[in-house]
Amino acid sequence: MAELDLLSKGLATCQGCPMELIARAALKVLGPNTVTMTPPSCAAILTGSGDETGWGIPSVQTVLMSLPAFASGVSEALKLRGRGEVTVLGFAGDGGTFDIGLQSLSGAIERGHRAVFLCYNNEAYMNTGNQRSSATPLGAVTKTTPTGKREPVKNIDFMLLHTPLAYQATATVGNIRDFQRKLAKAAAKDGPSFLHVLAPCPSGWKFPTDQTIQMAKLAVKCGIWPLFERENGRITLQQSAVDFSLIPQYLHRQKRFSRVDAPLQERIIREAKARHETLLRLAELDCL
Amino acid sequence: MDGNAAIAYGVMRSQVQLVAAYPITPQTPIVETISSLIDTGQYDASYITVESEHSALSALIGAASAGVRTFTASASHGLALMHEVTGVASASRLPIVMAVVSRAIPGPMCLWCDHSDIMTQRDQGWIQLFAQSPQEALDFVMIAYRTGEDPRVLTPVMVDIDGFFCSHLTEPVEVPSPEEAGEFIGGFQPVNACLDPALPYAIDNLTSPEIFTELKRSQDLGMRAAAGVLDERFAQFGQLFGRRYGRILCEGMEDAQTAIVCMGSMAGTVRHVVRQLRQAGQRVGLVRVVAFRPFPTAEVAQALRGVRQVAVIDRVSAMGSFGPLYEEVLAAMKLDGNQNCAYSFVAGLGGRDIWEGTVEAVFRRAQALGEQNAPCREPIWIDLKEGGMGNG
Repeated sequence: MAELDLLSKGLATCQGCPMELIARAALKVLGPNTVTMTPPSCAAILTGSGDETGWGIPSVQTVLMSLPAFASGVSEALKLRGRGEVTVLGFAGDGGTFDIGLQSLSGAIERGHRAVFLCYNNEAYMNTGNQRSSATPLGAVTKTTPTGKREPVKNIDFMLLHTPLAYQATATVGNIRDFQRKLAKAAAKDGPSFLHVLAPCPSGWKFPTDQTIQMAKLAVKCGIWPLFERENGRITLQQSAVDFSLIPQYLHRQKRFSRVDAPLQERIIREAKARHETLLRLAELDCL
Repeated sequence: MDGNAAIAYGVMRSQVQLVAAYPITPQTPIVETISSLIDTGQYDASYITVESEHSALSALIGAASAGVRTFTASASHGLALMHEVTGVASASRLPIVMAVVSRAIPGPMCLWCDHSDIMTQRDQGWIQLFAQSPQEALDFVMIAYRTGEDPRVLTPVMVDIDGFFCSHLTEPVEVPSPEEAGEFIGGFQPVNACLDPALPYAIDNLTSPEIFTELKRSQDLGMRAAAGVLDERFAQFGQLFGRRYGRILCEGMEDAQTAIVCMGSMAGTVRHVVRQLRQAGQRVGLVRVVAFRPFPTAEVAQALRGVRQVAVIDRVSAMGSFGPLYEEVLAAMKLDGNQNCAYSFVAGLGGRDIWEGTVEAVFRRAQALGEQNAPCREPIWIDLKEGGMGNG
């Protein structure tokens, strides 16, 4: 008999959607003994509408501001009912994680509930049609930054370095095995984990729908998206040598960066190098 | 024991399994008492020390969806912050109980009591019970669980006590033993919503115009069913504990020509004044509304039958219109074909004391206006200071 697919194949996500791939890959690791939560976001498409749902596991549509608080309650209630082994998965975008949901996330992490907070980061409010978030990169055109965003991203990975996470990692949809390995680790922890997954969005970033995976791979290769894990007080940087000279290519392949001029491109490269350098130095410490 | 402590003990005696709450004046002692009882092992439950009221109720929605009995408490700013999720809780048919320790909604900034906080929630689909005293606070918490959790109802409940007037008022409170309370409260059996991997389904999906109205109507039917269930619970509670309550509580209404309708802690003062006035030969009575939601329309209509003039005191100003209690009373009178005069009074805002003089002034004004058959064109701000009449 074929293996039960825990996410429906008939979903209304956009062509080339990385979020759907991330959810599908996640359930392959977590299995049916999982409860998930999605805020109103692209992920709400998975939870569905009316009497239809994409998930083959229990799911709750939360409000945008407080998915991690919902997850806190579910996690503690499951413990009370002797079902503490069930994985609680928060599945939110960058809006629900970086912006309106940040306070709730910080509270849930600090209190130490057993839950995996997964952020699929498509770098803007994509479900409402591509407005900037604090995860939108410098120079990117969105509907609220028509001449390109003037501010760099809020670096949530660095912000969370000094929170009591049991496990923290970045990943991309470009390397599913790596993502799944990290998710399995996160789910096994008896505390809060944060998994930050780059989700290149063809609709919002303006690139052909068959290049989602390539774009994610390129983001890692050019140093825009560092891959690292934090566990037991240590950061492990997965890639020591990155090719920053590929950044212009990364930018040129996405129409959202069409307003980036030479000086801005230099700044983007400079900031990517600085992030990488910071991580290299942090990786020398054992007190994180 | 004060009202806040009574709430906390009511929660413990109701065998609540999970509490998530955020401190706010004048509710803070509830949070402190419950968390201390749990922390010191006197009470076996989970306490989530959330970082905001919004997260408090969000966590409870998650926990109640996963099948446990839950509680929170809030007031004023905190209740306003929860507003987004109070509707989610009721639409999800989760029998959460919340104590609201009423405090004015800002601004200007104010720590003291009025009903502007809980009235922002009147149409959010929660049963609303207004306790007058610490004893009632404890009793109503227990009654709230047994009502909200009834399969005919499945609706969350707010138990309101007035900030400071009840929350910080100390008087003897009978706390039932765990066994006595257990007989009334029973164990918790979650209905419908129970996140279980063995039976996966989606909660709170996007809902189309196709079924949204029907879902709202089913919620409304649950709320309406709460009226009868409350009557059953009040009766059962009275039999077990000897304290008798109802959705409305009247005094002197058998022969009253003037009725004063009110809610919350002021009812004690009104009752006292009504007794004094009656001793002085005045035919005046009290109609105290205990359950504001579902509103006891038929009961209020019946109580006011044959009364010459009705004075309704709202502890909230509905700027540009009439107080919410007044509007409900008018609707009830209309239902009964009662054409008699009804007057809307605003009093006790932002902690202003409603003392005997205030109630007497309400009575005299209503009586005088009623004798002239004067219409009520706008609310009467009965405790306004002289000179406080200007705009800006």
